[in-house]
Amino acid sequence: MTAQEVRLCGLLLQEHFGEVVEKVGRNLLKSGTQNLRAIVHETGLSVDLVKKSLCVLVQHGACSFIQGRKGPGSPTEYKAHCDRVLRILRYPRYIYTAKTLYGDTGELIIEELLQRGHMTMSNTVKTVADRLTQSMDEGSSMDYGEVSATFSKLVETHFLQRCPPAAGAGTTGSSQTANSTSAAPASSTAPTPESFPDCYRVPQVTLIGRSKRSLASEEGEDQRNAKKAKMDPETHGDEGIYWQVNFERFHQHFRDQTIISAVANKLDQTSSEIVRTMLRMSEVTTSSTAPCTKPLSANEIFRSLPATYNIPRHILDQYLTLLVDDPMEFVGKAGESGGGMYIVNLNQALANLARATLESIVQERFGSRSARIFRLLLRKRHLEQKQVEDFAMIPAKEAKDMLYTLLSQNLVQLQEIPKTPDFAPSRTFYLYTVNQLPTARLLLQNCYKTVANLMERRLFEAKESKRLLEKSQRIEAILASLQASGAEPEQLTEVEEMITAPEKQQLDSLRLHVNKLDSAENQVDETIFLLESYISSSTKPTS
Amino acid sequence: MAGKGRGVAAFTFNIDALGIGRGNMPEARVGPSPLFPTTEFKPVPLKGGEEEDYMLALKQELRGAMQRLPHNIKACSSKTEVEKYTERYLKQAQINSEEWTPDWNLFPKELMPQSKKRRIKKGTKTKTVKKLKEDKANVLSKLDELAKKDENPEKSDEETEKKAEDDEEIEEEELEEDIEEENDYIESYFDNGEDFAAESDDNMDGEATY
Repeated sequence: MTAQEVRLCGLLLQEHFGEVVEKVGRNLLKSGTQNLRAIVHETGLSVDLVKKSLCVLVQHGACSFIQGRKGPGSPTEYKAHCDRVLRILRYPRYIYTAKTLYGDTGELIIEELLQRGHMTMSNTVKTVADRLTQSMDEGSSMDYGEVSATFSKLVETHFLQRCPPAAGAGTTGSSQTANSTSAAPASSTAPTPESFPDCYRVPQVTLIGRSKRSLASEEGEDQRNAKKAKMDPETHGDEGIYWQVNFERFHQHFRDQTIISAVANKLDQTSSEIVRTMLRMSEVTTSSTAPCTKPLSANEIFRSLPATYNIPRHILDQYLTLLVDDPMEFVGKAGESGGGMYIVNLNQALANLARATLESIVQERFGSRSARIFRLLLRKRHLEQKQVEDFAMIPAKEAKDMLYTLLSQNLVQLQEIPKTPDFAPSRTFYLYTVNQLPTARLLLQNCYKTVANLMERRLFEAKESKRLLEKSQRIEAILASLQASGAEPEQLTEVEEMITAPEKQQLDSLRLHVNKLDSAENQVDETIFLLESYISSSTKPTS
Repeated sequence: MAGKGRGVAAFTFNIDALGIGRGNMPEARVGPSPLFPTTEFKPVPLKGGEEEDYMLALKQELRGAMQRLPHNIKACSSKTEVEKYTERYLKQAQINSEEWTPDWNLFPKELMPQSKKRRIKKGTKTKTVKKLKEDKANVLSKLDELAKKDENPEKSDEETEKKAEDDEEIEEEELEEDIEEENDYIESYFDNGEDFAAESDDNMDGEATY
C-alpha cells in the first residue's frame, strides 16, 4: 500500500461513504490487519461507529475478516483491500458497459449491485423493476420475468457471481447456502468466489408478477407502503444467496475492447472484426490469466465471422498473415493444421499497449525528441552516451540535456559496468537503460497521485462556492414546486431573477470546472486500468 | 565534495566519460525547486463525446446516490452546541431515510450492535444517575433488612430486579442521557412508586393507599 494509494482510497471512501468510514478504512489500510479493539483505540471513534463502518466495508467487499491467528479464542481480525477500494473509480465504466451489452435493465442491475455491495437476486429484481416502472409511461409496468431473464444472462456470461460464504462468520454448517463444500472455520486462506462449484448457478426463485407503480409521493402513501413492506416479508426461496459484480470479467472485457480498438486504429476495420471474432470464440475456453488464447483454426474463424462481413476465404488468409507479421504481435501463428492455427497473444498485446502508453506520456511531457531517445533506449536496451547521440541524430548538448532530464525524473536508469573491481570512474562503462516494468509502476503511482489531486481540487472548488451552490439549489427547488403547482410565468421569472447575472456566470464556470475535473478522473482511470493490467499480467506466474 | 586540486573543483571520476566538459556544468541551485514549475508542453485536451458525457453523468449521479444511502455514515454532532434552525429540518429528513441491517450470517458476530436499548424499555422504573450511587447503598441495606424480615416476597423480587437494573445502568450512563433530555420535568418531581415504597419501608402498609 503506497502512500499515494492510501491517499486516493481515503478520498474515495470519504466521497462515497462518509468521514467515519474514511477514518476507519484509512487506519486499516495503513496498519494492515487489526482487531476491533485496536481500531477503536487508534481512530478514537466510539465502538458503535467503528462497528457500523466495518459492516459497511465488509458489505462492499472492501474489508475481509478472519478468525484470530493466535488460536481459537483470539478475536477476529480485519483487513482492508486497497485494490477493491480503487475500483470505485471505475464504477461508471462498468455501468456503461452493462448498458451497451444488456440495455437499460442490465445497466440498472449493475448499478444497484455496485451501490449496495451484494444483494439477493429477488431483492435486486424487485428494486430494478420498480425503478424501471417509474421511468416508463403511465399504465405500463415492468414484469419481474424480464428483469430476471436479464439477471440470468448476466450470470451466464459471468458478469455476476455469488458471494462466497464467509469462512469465519461463526455459523458452522450453514445449510442455507448449498455451495459451502469446504466449511473449514479455521482456514487461513480466504476462499475465492471461483472455488465454489455453484458460483454461477442461478437459484430457483419464485418471483412472479409485475412491479407496482409507486404513486405520486404523498406522505400518507409512503407511510402506508412502508408499513405494508414490514408486514409481509416475502420469501422467494433464495435467502442467503448473495450476488456481487465480477470485476475480473469486466476487466477481461475492457482488455478485449482495447485490443480490438488498437487493431482497428493500426490496420483497418475488417482486421479488427477478425480479432473480435477470435476473442469472442475464446471467451469461454480461456481463463482470465492465460497468456494467450487457445489456438483457433482459420476454418473455424471463417465460419464464425459475422454474417455482415462477407469476405472470401483467401482474403481472410491474407488478413491473418498481415496480422501475424505486424510488429505489434497481436496475433500469432501456432501451427499449420486446419488452414493455420492462430492465437491472440494477450500478454504480449498488453505489454505493447503499455509500452505505447509510456512512450506517449514521455512525448507529451518532454517533447518528441526526448520521446525518440526513450523509444531508442526501449528497443536497444543499453546504450552509452555517445551511442545515444548518434542513433537519435540529436546534437550532443541537447541530447545530454534531455537524457539528464529523463534521468532526474527516474524514467531512465544508469547502469555501471566496471572494467576493474574497484569501480574507478575513469575505468567504468556508464550505460543508459529503460526497464519497462518498473517505469510502468512509477507512472501508475503518478496516475494515482493525479486522480487524488483532481479530487481534492474538485472538493476545494465546491467548498469555495458552497454558499452559492446552496442558494441555487434552493431556488431550483422553489421553481420546481411552483411549476408543479402551476404558477404564472411572471412568478417564475421573478424567482429566477433572484440569482443575479454575475452569480449565474460564476455558477456556470463552477459547473464547467467541476465537470472537467470529473471527466479527467474518468479518463485517467483508463490509463490506470491499462497499466494495472500490464503489471498484473507480467508479475503473475504463468503456468 | 571539496576537492584537493588546488582550488580547482576536481571530480572523483573522469569527466570525459560522461561527455560533459568543465564549462557545461549546470548552474548551482539557489533554493528549493518551485512548487508549481512552468511546463513547456501543455497537456492534451480531454476526450469529449457522447460516451464521456454519459459516464460523467453516471459518475455524478452515483456519487449523489451513494451519499444518500444508509451506507453513508455521518458522524453525529455533539449535543452541547445550539442547534441551528436549518439543522432541525435536516435531521428530520435523515430520520425518514431507510435503515439497513446486514445479513448476520455473513458477518462476524462481534459487529452486531448490542441490544442495549431493550434494557431501558424494561426498566421503566429507572432512576437517575445522580441518585443512583446514593440509592445503591440504600437498596443494599434494605435488601438485607428485607431478607431478615422476610416480608412480602413480591417486593423483594422487585427490589432485586431494580438492583440488577441499577447495576446495569451504571454501565450505560450515556444511554440514559437520551431519556433525561426528553423529559421537561424535574427529576425530583417524578413520583416513582418504587422510591416511595423503598424509602419508607416500615410504613408500607399505611401509605400504600395513595
